[in-house]
Amino acid sequence: MSYEIKLDVFEGPLDLLLYLIRKNEIDIYNIPIALITEQYLSYLEMMRSLNLDLAGEYLVLASTLIHIKSKLLLPPAEGDGEEEEGEDPRAELVQQLLEYQAFKEAALNLDARPLLERDVFTRGAASEEEQTTAEADDAPIEVDIFELVTAFRRIIAGLDRREELEIDMEKMSLTDRINEILERLSEEGQIAFSDLLGDRTDRKRIIYTFLAILELMKLRMVRAYQSGPFGAIRLFPAVEG
Amino acid sequence: MEEKIAIIEALLFASEAPLTVEQIVLALSDTEKKEIVSLLEGLIREYDARGGGICLREVAGGFQFRTRTDLAPWLRKLKAGRPALLSPAALETLAVVAYRQPLVKAEIDRIRGVDASGALKGLLDKKIVRIVGRKDVPGKPIIYGTTRKFLEVFNLKDLSELPTLRELKDLQEQQE
Repeated sequence: MSYEIKLDVFEGPLDLLLYLIRKNEIDIYNIPIALITEQYLSYLEMMRSLNLDLAGEYLVLASTLIHIKSKLLLPPAEGDGEEEEGEDPRAELVQQLLEYQAFKEAALNLDARPLLERDVFTRGAASEEEQTTAEADDAPIEVDIFELVTAFRRIIAGLDRREELEIDMEKMSLTDRINEILERLSEEGQIAFSDLLGDRTDRKRIIYTFLAILELMKLRMVRAYQSGPFGAIRLFPAVEG
Repeated sequence: MEEKIAIIEALLFASEAPLTVEQIVLALSDTEKKEIVSLLEGLIREYDARGGGICLREVAGGFQFRTRTDLAPWLRKLKAGRPALLSPAALETLAVVAYRQPLVKAEIDRIRGVDASGALKGLLDKKIVRIVGRKDVPGKPIIYGTTRKFLEVFNLKDLSELPTLRELKDLQEQQE
C-alpha cells in the first residue's frame, strides 16, 4: 500500500513553482527558466534531505523544467517550419500555471464563503446518518465494477480463515455458474448478489459467482443495481422476458 | 400577519433541508408561485430587519433558516469537536470539479499537477461531489460533478452564482 507525504505548504509541484515565482517576484509570462529550475531542484533536494518521500509528480515537473531549459539553450532550428520558430518552449507550462492559479484562487474564494457548520448553522442540522437514509430512498443507482469488487472483498473478509485450508472438491465451472445465474434470473426475475452466494462459506463459489456476474455484465445480459451506498446489489436480466 | 406568511414560515421552520417554492405550492395549492416568491422575499426582509440571530436565505434552489454569520463563534462553542471541513487539497479539487463539471479525474489531475484520488474520495464520502456517469471513451472513465449538498454547504443558490473563472483572473490582474 502506498502512502503520501505532503509538505504542509505545497499542494503539489505547480504550487511549489507558483510559490517560487511569487517569491522571486517574477513575471509569470517571462519565467527565467534557469533560475527557477535551479531553485526548484534545490527545494526537491531539501525535501529529500528531510527524508520525505517525494511524490512522483514533483520529479515529472523537474524533468519538464530541465527539458524546457535545454530547449532554450539550443539555437532555434533553421529552415524548418515558421510556426515552430515563434513557439516559446515555456508557453505550455505558463498556460498550466495560469490555469492552476485560477483554480487555486477559486478554491480560496469558495473557502471564504459562509460555510455550513462553520459560519452558518441550520436548525438542528441533520447528522450524516440521517442524510444517508434520506438519500437511500431515492431511485436505485447503477453500480459499477468498483462497488462489485468492494462487495466481493467484504464477503471474502467475512470468511472464516480456517475455511481457506480446506480443499474444495466440488467441481464448478464458470459456464455452469453463468447458466445457473441466468436460470435463476429467468425464474425469479431478480436476485440479490448475496442470495446468489448461498451460505457464503465457500471461497471458490464466491469467486466463480463474482466472475460469472462480471462476465454477464460485460456481455450486457444482466444489469446490476444498488439501492444506495452499502445497500444490497440486485441483478436483473438486461432484456425483459 | 397574513395567514399565508405564517404557513410559509411554519413550513420553513419544520423543514430540515432547504424548502423549494414547488414544495410550498404543494401545501398552499391555491396560491401562485409568483405570490409565494414575493411572500418569501418579504419574509427574508422581515427577518433581516428584525436583526435577530436567524435569517432566511436562498440556498441550493430552496429557502432555509440559517444562523447569522457573525454569530458563528458562539455556535462553534456548542458544536465543538467537529473536524475541519475541507483541506486545501480538497478545496482545490472541489474548485476544479465545480467549474469544469462534468469532468473526469484525469482532467483534475492535469490541472492540479498531482493525483487527486485521495481528495476526490473525501469529497465523494462527504457527498459534496458525486459520480454523474461514465465518459464514452476507451476505459469508460467516471465523470464527476457537484451535488445539491455542495450548494447547501457553500451557501450558493445555484451553480450560476459561482463567480466565473475569468472574473478571478481579472481580479488577479488588478491586484498585480
